[in-house]
Amino acid sequence: MIEIENVYKSFGALQVLKGINLTVPNGEVLTVIGGSGSGKSTLLTCINGLEKIDSGRILVDGTDVHAKSTDLNKLRQKLGIVFQQFNAFPHLTVLENVTLAPRKVLGQSKEQAREMAVKQLSHVGLGDKLDVYPSRLSGGQQQRMAIARALAMSPDYMLFDEVTSALDPQLVGEVLDTLRLLASEGMTMICVTHEMKFAREVSDRVAFFDKGVMAEIAPPAQLFDAPQTESLKTFLAATH
Amino acid sequence: MFGYTFQWKQALSKLPQMLDGALVTMEIALLSMAIGIALAVLLTLFRLSGNRVLNGFAVTWVEVARNTPALFQIYMAHFGVASFGIHFSPFTSLLIGITFNNAGYLAENFRGALKAIPETQTRAGRSLGMTPLEAFGYIVMPQMLRIAFLPMTNQMVWAILMTSLGVTVGLNIDLYGVTQDLNALTFRTFELFAIAGVIFYLITKIIQLGARLVAARLFRY
Ligand SMILES: Nc1ncnc2c1ncn2[C@@H]1O[C@H](COP(=O)(O)OP(=O)(O)OP(=O)(O)O)[C@@H](O)[C@H]1O
Ligand SMILES: [Mg+2]
Repeated sequence: MIEIENVYKSFGALQVLKGINLTVPNGEVLTVIGGSGSGKSTLLTCINGLEKIDSGRILVDGTDVHAKSTDLNKLRQKLGIVFQQFNAFPHLTVLENVTLAPRKVLGQSKEQAREMAVKQLSHVGLGDKLDVYPSRLSGGQQQRMAIARALAMSPDYMLFDEVTSALDPQLVGEVLDTLRLLASEGMTMICVTHEMKFAREVSDRVAFFDKGVMAEIAPPAQLFDAPQTESLKTFLAATH
Repeated sequence: MFGYTFQWKQALSKLPQMLDGALVTMEIALLSMAIGIALAVLLTLFRLSGNRVLNGFAVTWVEVARNTPALFQIYMAHFGVASFGIHFSPFTSLLIGITFNNAGYLAENFRGALKAIPETQTRAGRSLGMTPLEAFGYIVMPQMLRIAFLPMTNQMVWAILMTSLGVTVGLNIDLYGVTQDLNALTFRTFELFAIAGVIFYLITKIIQLGARLVAARLFRY
């Protein structure tokens, strides 16, 4: 379970998160939508501790992410995150990209890591690309590799930050299919996305962020068909 | 002509001794590169550390290495430290001097290479649970060394050529030192130094050629 309690966060004078309260129970697929600069990415990087928060608390399975005593490197092993930029490690083959952290961070043997990597890469449809360098992959393939790389750490939670935004339109589908598959398998997920159709289809709940505030949160049918706030109405009108 | 007759035969008979010297020259250059690269990586980490003292140390090193004569650096490693009662052999002094120079230049090369590696690479590694040092070692450094490969080759060539400064601290077992000693014995100045020049040239050419072969393997991706 991820519990976000009254979280505030600023960059200098700019307040980006203004008192976010949100609980994501295990097994939930939560999508986050909202305008540019509303704080969606910042929330994800605060959840895995890449960014500090000013006040409030974020608990992952009861562990306070930002407490001094928390071993962030350990905590991040159960929080997979995939970014908009694919962040493939260009000097490593696809297989090596995926086995690197399991071997060096989790201390798995080469065989053990390979077995897991092959499983995850097959899962995302890259089982035949093991020894290829990322530069030979399309954007969609690189992004699926990044997803497999995160999954190879056996995380309990997956955070996705607009993972299809940097893709050519014809490649968006294959990555969304991968996310759908994960969702159907019961992975707890927070997906920041601009794909409204996808959000409506896979989410248990959808959260709408507006200028650092979580303005609405509801099951997709309710949120999309009966928006409560003016800002959400405007946002939805603009995206349709 | 000019009252000087070439006597190549006599000079060429000294070739085995000169080639032994060339081995010492290559040994010094290789050692100074190996240690120099390790130190340059350390200096790079100091600069990335965000610690003012470590950063200042690294910047000073780089500045001195790049903005003073190599001869000064080697002199300091021999006669300079001797003033404090530290006595190194000519071999060690030359090795220290060249290594100091290498580390400074290479650290600056590495800094340039780092600019070509996006910050998001480190972030991706950290997100997978790596410590900052692990992310640097497994993700950033391998890319940095590849990007800086060509400047590293140039520095290796420089290291070979800088060994000729060893004579100033009394080294006489390297290629240049051997040649100088032979010259004092035989006075075949032109022939001996011409041969030494050719050997220097061949060594540096072989290094550049070898580097190209290695690069072809490294830059596969
Ligand atoms: N490291 C940073 N330093 C300073 N300002 C930042 C930093 N990261 C984000 N910001 C600012 O914080 C605000 C919120 O950014 P954030 O990336 O969280 O928005 P977002 O909702 O993800 O937007 P988008 O849909 O464009 O990705 C923006 O105004 C952004 O410019
Ligand atoms: Mg964003």
